[in-house]
Amino acid sequence: MIKSELVQHIATQNPHLYQRDVENIVNAILNEIVAALARGDRVELRGFGAFSVKHRPARTGRNPRTGAHVSVEKKSVPFFKTGKEMRERLNKDSPG
Amino acid sequence: MPAQTITRADLCEAVYQKVGLSRTESAALVELVLKEITDCLERGETVKLSSFGSFVIRKKGERIGRNPKTGKEVPISPRRVMVFKPSAILKQRINSAEGHSGDQS
Repeated sequence: MIKSELVQHIATQNPHLYQRDVENIVNAILNEIVAALARGDRVELRGFGAFSVKHRPARTGRNPRTGAHVSVEKKSVPFFKTGKEMRERLNKDSPG
Repeated sequence: MPAQTITRADLCEAVYQKVGLSRTESAALVELVLKEITDCLERGETVKLSSFGSFVIRKKGERIGRNPKTGKEVPISPRRVMVFKPSAILKQRINSAEGHSGDQS
């Protein structure tokens, strides 16, 4: 499923809304999550999962082809941890 | 400045502010968006949200794990796990904002 399909599914279930409104709603949700992560905040959605930012310190890497040393700057990466309920739903048929 | 935790309530507020709907309806729509994504993943489908990232289901085979406390070997049953792959745009946004906020780690 891609974003436009998600918007369409929601629009069919809410005939009183324009597709454009649903698009704005989906984008508002995603933008809010992105903005929070950009501030370094965490986003916790019970039953779904949690988004957070992990910080990677600067390090000296190697070019795997030439073996040359290259310095890699410190960076931050987004991280997602699946929620408990989601984990259980993905494995309903096989307990454990 | 300590990191804050954003929850459903904040997402509902964002929807409420940007779209002319009641708070109740905004909350219901946030829930519906999450439900649609969850249902799709449950069917084993990938969910791609452009400029945000994609959620992918991966199947893991059975393997032998170890109870770290007792050192006992236990079989780990095959399972499905969900992985989030952030888009390049999301990764970029997170790094470009990092300049202003002093990070602790």
